[in-house]
Amino acid sequence: MDVIQLQRRFIDYTSSLYREVTLNGFLDEQFTQLQQLQDESNPEFVVEVVSLFFEDAEKLLADLSKTLTQQPIDFKKVDAHVHQFKGSSSSIGAQRVKNECISFRAFCEQRNREGCLQCLEQMKQEYYHVKNKLETLFQLEHQILEAGGTIPMTE
Amino acid sequence: MGRDGGVLLQRVLEAESGSSSSEGSEGPVASSQFHVLAVDDSIVDRKVIERLLKISAYKVTTVDSGRRALEYLGLDEDHSSVDLDNLNVNMIITDYCMPGMTGYDLLKRIKESKKLKEIPVVIMSSENVVPRINRCLEEGAEEFILKPVKLADVERFKGHIIKGLSKEQQEQQQPASNKRKSMSEDLDNLPAQPPERRPRLGELSGA
Repeated sequence: MDVIQLQRRFIDYTSSLYREVTLNGFLDEQFTQLQQLQDESNPEFVVEVVSLFFEDAEKLLADLSKTLTQQPIDFKKVDAHVHQFKGSSSSIGAQRVKNECISFRAFCEQRNREGCLQCLEQMKQEYYHVKNKLETLFQLEHQILEAGGTIPMTE
Repeated sequence: MGRDGGVLLQRVLEAESGSSSSEGSEGPVASSQFHVLAVDDSIVDRKVIERLLKISAYKVTTVDSGRRALEYLGLDEDHSSVDLDNLNVNMIITDYCMPGMTGYDLLKRIKESKKLKEIPVVIMSSENVVPRINRCLEEGAEEFILKPVKLADVERFKGHIIKGLSKEQQEQQQPASNKRKSMSEDLDNLPAQPPERRPRLGELSGA
């Protein structure tokens, strides 16, 4: 595939991730902010931050699963984990994950075990979904660079 | 603050007004002269704030807790004050919600310290809680920023830093008076403070 085609594919894919930001796109404007912080002096910045997010997220999800299986549930601890996850997902622009965290915290406040467990499942799904999307995006970027092209700016 | 802090401030103000320094031809003062200490327990947020600051040409140190921040600033009782003369932090930005010591607790400790209280402190939080914001501002925080932090937020920091340096210089210049004279137009609404023998903050040359 030539560079032009790769770039076009990249643009289309990126648009699809942001599409309907207000109606729940995978990514929001914060992701664009991160991309703007990347330059020749730090060309891997976005990949690095997102990788930190993945590591952090997987640890948090594991902790959350564990805390929710304990009897009785320490809702304060659960809330602390979700708060952290909300923060990091917000910082990289993972909008849907962040929104799940917001719902989750409401269930925590109500001390609603079933609600929390359901939310955890949904949160995991959204997380793996956006992880998949981002990994695909990075792959596309890599292909463009390998083919000798430059990565188009996202508006 | 010492002589060097005054020189730093002078060069900044001259750069701002576009005039050149007659003293040394070091050129316009970039914010790479300024050193910011960033405190956040989230590794993702530390990475982002570090990048935001570096790309705005600040020198950055990040720590993951209020405790570590106090150690770095030489305020931790458990560790001997190490190298105080080389402490050259021009601004502190801290997350509010942190386990152990919150950003508010850290702010309080800094403002209670004779040595450090003039350093501008900015608080960040992902939550827009009005009483929390008011409490921080009342305790002396320059600003309360909603996360996620953006480049536009970082652009405001230089103003806080310059104000902080000016405050210190004013203190240095009026050690004997019992009342603060009115501020120059550049410094808006600084509270009146009794004069103190200001301990040296050490070199502010931002090496």
